[in-house]
This record gives sequence, structure tokens and C-alpha cells, in this order.
Amino acid sequence: MSTQTVGTAYRPSLGKRVQGWLAGRFAMIVAVLVLLYLFLPVFYTFIFSFNDYRKSNIEWRGFTLKHWANPCGAAGACDSLVTSLEIGLLSTLVATMLGTLVAFALVRHRFRGRGASNILVFVPMATPEIVLGASLLTIFVNGFTQLNGWFGTDLKLGFWTITIAHIMFCISFVVVSVKARLQSLDPRLEEAAQDLYAGPAETFWKITFPLVLPGIVGAALLAFSLSFDDFIITSFVSGNETTFPKFVYVSYLRGIPAQANVIGFSMFVIALALVIIGQIVGNARKK
Amino acid sequence: MSALAHMGGGGAPATAMPPKEPSGRSWLPYLLLLPGVLWLLVFFIYPLAQLFAVSLYSDYPDYPGYYYQDVNWHNYVRALTDFLPHFGRSMLYAGLATFFAFVLAYPLAYAMAFKAGKWRGIMMILVIAPFFTSFILRTIAWRQILADEGPVAWVLEHLHLLSFMPNGRITETWVAVVAGLTYNFLPFMVLPIYASLERADPRVIEAGGDLYANGFTTFRTVTLPMSMPGVIAGTLLTFIPAAGDYVNAELLGSDTGTKMVGNVIESQFFKVLGGYPIAAALSFSLMALILAMVFLYVRRYGTEELL
Amino acid sequence: MARNGRSVSGFREAKGDLRLENVTKAFADFTAVDDLSLVVPRGSFFALLGPSGCGKTTTLRMVAGLDQPTAGRILVGETDLTGSRPYERPVNTVFQSYALFPHLTIRDNVAFGPKRRGEANAASLAEDALALVQMTHLGGRKPAQLSGGQQQRVAVARALVNRPEVLLLDEPLGALDLKLRRQMQVELKRIQTEVGLTFIHVTHDQEEAMTMADTVAVMNRGRIEQMGPPVQMYDLPKTAFVANFVGQSNLGQGHITGRDADFLIADVQGSTVRIPARRSSVESGAVTFGVRPEKVSVKRTRPEGTGNDVRGTVLDVSFIGVATQYLVRLPSGTVWSAYEQNLDLEPMDLRPGDEVWLTWNPGHAFGVGPDPDAVQAAEAAKVGAGE
Ligand SMILES: Nc1ncnc2c1ncn2[C@@H]1O[C@H](COP(=O)(O)OP(=O)(O)OP(=O)(O)O)[C@@H](O)[C@H]1O
Ligand SMILES: [Mg+2]
Repeated sequence: MSTQTVGTAYRPSLGKRVQGWLAGRFAMIVAVLVLLYLFLPVFYTFIFSFNDYRKSNIEWRGFTLKHWANPCGAAGACDSLVTSLEIGLLSTLVATMLGTLVAFALVRHRFRGRGASNILVFVPMATPEIVLGASLLTIFVNGFTQLNGWFGTDLKLGFWTITIAHIMFCISFVVVSVKARLQSLDPRLEEAAQDLYAGPAETFWKITFPLVLPGIVGAALLAFSLSFDDFIITSFVSGNETTFPKFVYVSYLRGIPAQANVIGFSMFVIALALVIIGQIVGNARKK
Repeated sequence: MSALAHMGGGGAPATAMPPKEPSGRSWLPYLLLLPGVLWLLVFFIYPLAQLFAVSLYSDYPDYPGYYYQDVNWHNYVRALTDFLPHFGRSMLYAGLATFFAFVLAYPLAYAMAFKAGKWRGIMMILVIAPFFTSFILRTIAWRQILADEGPVAWVLEHLHLLSFMPNGRITETWVAVVAGLTYNFLPFMVLPIYASLERADPRVIEAGGDLYANGFTTFRTVTLPMSMPGVIAGTLLTFIPAAGDYVNAELLGSDTGTKMVGNVIESQFFKVLGGYPIAAALSFSLMALILAMVFLYVRRYGTEELL
Repeated sequence: MARNGRSVSGFREAKGDLRLENVTKAFADFTAVDDLSLVVPRGSFFALLGPSGCGKTTTLRMVAGLDQPTAGRILVGETDLTGSRPYERPVNTVFQSYALFPHLTIRDNVAFGPKRRGEANAASLAEDALALVQMTHLGGRKPAQLSGGQQQRVAVARALVNRPEVLLLDEPLGALDLKLRRQMQVELKRIQTEVGLTFIHVTHDQEEAMTMADTVAVMNRGRIEQMGPPVQMYDLPKTAFVANFVGQSNLGQGHITGRDADFLIADVQGSTVRIPARRSSVESGAVTFGVRPEKVSVKRTRPEGTGNDVRGTVLDVSFIGVATQYLVRLPSGTVWSAYEQNLDLEPMDLRPGDEVWLTWNPGHAFGVGPDPDAVQAAEAAKVGAGE
């Protein structure tokens, strides 16, 4: 594993600095290769978004821009994307708020049931998605059957059941990341604020919150990417609603339209661009 | 974006115990907890309880697809005997994928933490960005890349290595399934390891380098132990979803010999008439198995930080 | 406080001496501060010395209100501050670990306190404070972009800007180089006298404590062993611990055998020595005899005199510029040191192994209660330094 092993193993006679230099390059080379591996299917998706295919987008048949010219051309592709974005934003918002509150309670307060709450937050992360999906499907179906019977309503699986499920599995991830940020916060800083005449509310809003905010933003981004990319739980609780991953999976049997490639690759580029812009803005503000 | 990176990195040492509540405000923590915990109780604990009840249902012999409430442990016996190979595969494939993901992730995380300099942020983004091309889309791309007439098979063919693969091909074999699992959960391994390495002081590692001239000894005695919380978090975050996955086996595996527990649960749920209680029993067995392993593992390596 | 602005709610407008009355702080099973009572007169400079872990920071935290005492009271003037919150006290702290706010610029860090108190001219107050610590040019930076010493100066400015009734400084100059530290000492002392603030200054640097403070207190294991003006602390330690902690001392275990007018006669490991009666904390029985190294002279031959001398073997000679330090092993095994100013035209040219006589004016000797630990520690310090 060690990058330094190579230097030691192959060039024992060279000096320590040369060894270190080699070791440094070695780690970077492996890193770049692993990154390329991560990107290989993304490139593939990109290239086949230009494929002028007949029936199924598997073999290369020639170059065309027509899918890019008409990304919503495939029935349901753009609708599913919009659904995914809506669900993603909504569940991110709710999960981030609920998770952040829980994280504050767990790190900043001592109370009966703290241990149990910690476990309650951890266990969903250790539960396979398929189990989460299956169990949620069970209560939704049973619950809706009963409610519809009693009240004559027409509750069914769809947008809201997906959102509820996504909020549920995002909460734990939000709690863990906000918790980590809170724990690494130096308690002296809040003491210093109090020493400088800031009351509890001012201390929170001027010191604690701004310092924890990067953790909360990071947690929100994580929640969004988990929700946006979720397929397994969604497939259980979605009913007739179609998210983008589900759209891709379902159309796989018939042959995926290249519009899916266009949309998938575009989301990748947009996400990349947003995060890079965010970093640049963040760096600029730091100066 | 670095949220996942905090995972398992733990916090500063000063996290012993929160201070005692000022008197008269003991309700505050419960107020903060209430919405989140309520959500988890209603949409996590309660559904699990329901699923457990279902896993003990019996079906009417003459009316397939209809069940009555019961305490029928036989479902579990069936789940564990009929589908034992699937459990075995799930654990084996997930274990292999976790191992390979670790092997790939460590150098990447190491390079990001210590060698990347100003490229650090960009590399971090690059690790996460593929998430946004749907993972289904990427897995399907792998299917094409690993296909019999695809580039990987072509290269192996010309290196005379293809015959070493099961059935002389990659796609529709366990190799492809493990490759897919490794690929899909790799970022979950990279980020926690990166976070714990980043938190480690490079000067400590330099000091280690002075104490032990040998690079590997430095790595084994200084670098690796310091990144241990990240390694534990990463292996858990890779192993757990991999063990419950069915998409990779569905898209990359064969119709018979590479199905995992997830595939069985999915098909018992949706495709097999009367499979509902068995699917529930399978789900519960899988969850129990994974939780047991996780708790043993966490206890063995003693990290409370994850909890 | 709150001269121009609104007052912080609950703020205690207190003026006067700082008084700690029987203050105790216990953590679970450990008493960090033990029944501490002291008065720091308003406007004085009070230095707190003591070994690591003796309870200095804990004491300051209780004064600041960051910890509440387990027992006892803390007052400024007639106002009882016990139980009040940190933001209600006319007290500011320069933290041992600086505790600068990482997300705020240096300027905003310093302006934080004045802004919270609603000072209209918070910005210009902050500028003045930054100028005072020579950090104006870096006001726009974030704390992470400063060196350790620069951060420390910002921490000082951030507390000073509030002109509190009591300013607590927890080793505020520890990270500075010698020159900058001297400058800062002068600045701090000037501000303190000009503004008339009460300073409680924790330091590990004895010289700093001696030169700056009106009163020095030496703390040990949660208690104050001795306090007084610096000259007195050095000249006449009251315990072996203080004798050892403030400057160096040659110590010897012995017992008092009799009295001769104003002097006590003591037998210290076979030598008969005299201690002025008013310079001894004990009157009879076991005693720890002490004399400062610079009061001891080294002679090749036994001087004419009566008992204030001991014989020994030179262990080490080190030339330290203004003086020469000799380490001498006494027959009892004890090692003493002596500083000779290099006044003689012809140096003595002593070598390790030479036989010498140590002698001193009995008026400089002092006696403190017996404390074998302290004697050993004194010796370890000398031998460690000499070899
Ligand atoms: N929160 C706490 N819980 C338990 N013990 C504590 C706590 N805070 C401090 N102590 C203990 O109290 C003693 C005094 O600590 P304090 O920080 O006051 O030392 P100090 O004199 O400032 O030392 P230094 O010169 O090293 O800063 C130490 O032994 C310390 O371990
Ligand atoms: Mg201290």
C-alpha cells in the first residue's frame, strides 16, 4: 500500500530525497489512474450521447448532435429529471434541518437517552437500502389501504412517499457530518465570545453557527447527491412516479435513449461547475 | 461537498462529554431531537417492526398471494436454507469489493491529503462528481465496457488473459459484479480515509520517517493507525450498501450463478406470487447479519466516533 | 464599562479590588484550586507563577466566570460576581491558546467586544488596540494567516480594547521571541499604569514576573505558597518550594541546635551554620537551610571565620559571561552552586576535582520548613544544568 515501499524496494541505493520524490510521484500517479477509472463510464456515457443509433444505443453507429439538440425528446426523460430535482431539494431541505438539530442535541447536551439516540441515528446507515425500501413499502401499502378504506381517500405511492423515504435515510448522514464539524469546534472560541460580552444568543449566531455552517452546507450537498442518485429505495416506494434513475433503469430493458446520456452527463457537468464556482467564491471571500 | 469526508474522521479530542444542562432547560435537547427522532421512529423503526411482523406471516395454501397474521418461523428456515448461496455470495462479493475499494482508495486518499497541494479541492470534487451521472447509467456503461465485444475483453484477449476469467468472459460473471460493486462504492471509501489522513499532522508522519528509516514501517506504524477511523468508516460505508445491492448483479451478472440476496428479496417482493413473507424474512436476516458484523467490527476496532 | 454604548444586560458595573475568598474548585475527584484567598488591589499588576498543572488557568477561569467555584466567593469591589455569567463581568481574558475567531478578520476579532457592548466607535477602538500591539498592517487577515506570535498579540489587543476592570493574561507572551517579548512587556506595563487596570498575569518566565509585577504569587498544588513584592519573594522565601521555584537556592536539610543572640545555630549535614532568627520560618527542630548561589563565594583556602563555610570538591566550572558558575559537591553528597563575578584580575583557575571552601555572609542565609522533596528538586536542577 505504502507509496514509499516502491522507492525502497526498487531503488534502495538512491538517496532518501530521490526516494521521497519517487514516492510522491507514485502516489499521484496511482491517484490519477484511480480517478480515470472513476471517470471511465462517465466518458463512455458522454461519447454515446453522440451515437446515431437505430434501435439500441449499444454499438457505435456514427456521430450525431441530434440528441443534444433535443434532450427532452425521449418520452418522460425530462419529467423524471424534474421529479428527481424536486424530490432532491425538498428532502435535502427537511433532512438538513432535522439532522442539524439532532446533531446539536447530541453534541451539545447531556440528557437521558443520548446513547439510544446515537444508536437510532447510526442504525439506518447500517441497514441495507433494500431493507429500508421493503419496510417502507409495507407501511405505506398497509397504511394507505386502511386510510383509504376509512376515509374514502385515494392515497397512493408516489412523489410524497419517495420524499419521505429520502428524508429518512438522509437524516443520519446529515447528523454524522454536522456532528463531526461540531465536535471539532474548539469550545474555547465560544468561551472567548462570552468573555467578550456576547450573550448565549449572540455567541450562537456570531460564533457557533458561522463556524458550523460549512459542515451544514456539506451535509446538505451530500443529502442532495444521495437523494438524486437513489434508486433502490425509490424503486420500492415510487408507485407510478418516475425519478431519473428509475427512468434509466426502466428504459434499460427497451434500450436507453441517448437523451438519458445527455441528461446524465449534463448533470455531471453542472454539478462540477457549481462546486468549482462555489470553491472559487469561497476562496475569494476568504481573502 | 466535504460532508462525507467528515464521516468517521471523528472530532477533536475535546469531546469527552457535553457540559451539564443549566437547570430549568433540560427540555431543550428533547426539543431539538424531537422532529428528527420522530421521523426516524415513524419511518424507520415502525416500518421495520411491521416488516418483522410480515416476516412471520403464513399464506393460505389454496389462495397464493393471501396471508394471515401468524408466528411462522418457518419463513426464516426457508429463507436461510433455500437462499443460503445468495447470502454467501452477498457477503463474498461485498467483502471482495470492500477489499478492492480499499486498495484503490488508499493511494488516492493519501495523494489527496499529502501530495496534491492546490489540486486537493479539485480532486475531492472529481471523486464526488460521478454521483451526478446516475449510478444506473454508469453501471450500464460498465456493462458495455466489459461486454464480450467491448474494450476490456479485447485487451485481455490479446494478452491471452481472457481464458483465466470464468467462462472465458467478463460480463455476466462474478468478476463483473465485483468490479461494479467496487466501482460504485469507491467514493464512500475514499472520502472518510481522506478526512482522517487530512486531519493527521504531516509532521507526525515526518517524525515517523525519522524514527524508522524504512518507508513501509513508517506507513504501518504511523500513517495507517492514524487513518484507522477513516478506514473503518470507509469499509462500513462500502460493505453495507454492497451487501444489500441488487442492481450490479442484475445489470452485470448472469441470470443464475451470480444473484445476491438483494436480487432474491426484490424478486420475491415484486415478481413471485406469495413471496412477500419470505422477502421480509430475507430482509430481516440480511439486516441482522450485517448489524451483527458491524457491531463486532466496530467493537473490535473500538471506534465510538461513528456512533 | 459601556462608556458610550448600551450596557450588556445583566452587566455588573463593578469597580475596586479583586477579592477571592476561600475559593475552591474540585473536578470530580481532583481539587485543582484549594481554599484560595487573596486580594489584588485595584490597578496593580499581579503575577501568578507556578509549575504546570498547579491551577493557574483554573483560577483565571473562575475569575472570568468560565468556571464556577465549588466553594467560595469572587468579588470586584463590593460586587459579588460569584455565579454571574462571563459576559456580565467587567473582566476580559487573553487565552492561553489565543482562541481567536477563525472566521473573522483580525480587525473584526478585536472589534468583537466593543461591538457587543454597543460602542459607537468600535472600529476606531479596534484600530487603536491593533496599533498598540503593532498589528495594524495585518488587520485584514484571518487568524490562520498569522504566525504564533502575531496571533498572541491579537489576543492581547482583543482583550485590552475593552479596558476591563480586571484583565486576565494566561501566558500571553509565551510564543514571542525575546526582543518582541521585552517590547510587549514594556507596552503592557505602560498600558496598565496609564489606564489603571488590574492585571492578573500568569507566566512561566520568572524574570517577566519580577520585572513587571507589583505582587508575585507562587502557586503550588492549588494553593498559594507565598505572595509579596518581587524583591521580598527573592530575598526571603518562606518555603523550600518557593526558594527553589523563584531563582535558584542552595538548600540543605538540618536541625536547629541552639540560639546565639539574633542568630539560630543549625547543624546541616555535619557543618554548623548560622541563620538570622528573623529570616527563619522555623524556630526549632528540623529546618531546611538555604542561601542563594550569588551570595556564596568560592575560596581555595579556608577563610578566617566562624562556621559559615563548608568544604567541598569542584564538580564543574562554567563560564557564563558576567559570572562563573561553580558546582561543588559537599562531603554529604549535596551539590551546591556558587556564582562568582569575574572581578579578580587573576582568575582562580579551578578545575573539577579541586578542593575548595564555600563561604557566605550569615546575614544572607534563610531557613524554611523541612521539605526533602524540594531539596532534591533543587539539586536535580543544578546538576541537570551543570552537566
Ligand atoms: N475540566 C477539568 N477536569 C478535570 N481536571 C481538570 C480540568 N481542568 C483542569 N484540570 C486539572 O486541574 C489542574 C490545574 O489545571 P490548570 O489548567 O489550572 O493548570 P495551569 O496551572 O494553568 O498549568 P499550565 O501552566 O500547564 O497551563 C491540572 O492538574 C488539570 O489536569
Ligand atoms: Mg494554564
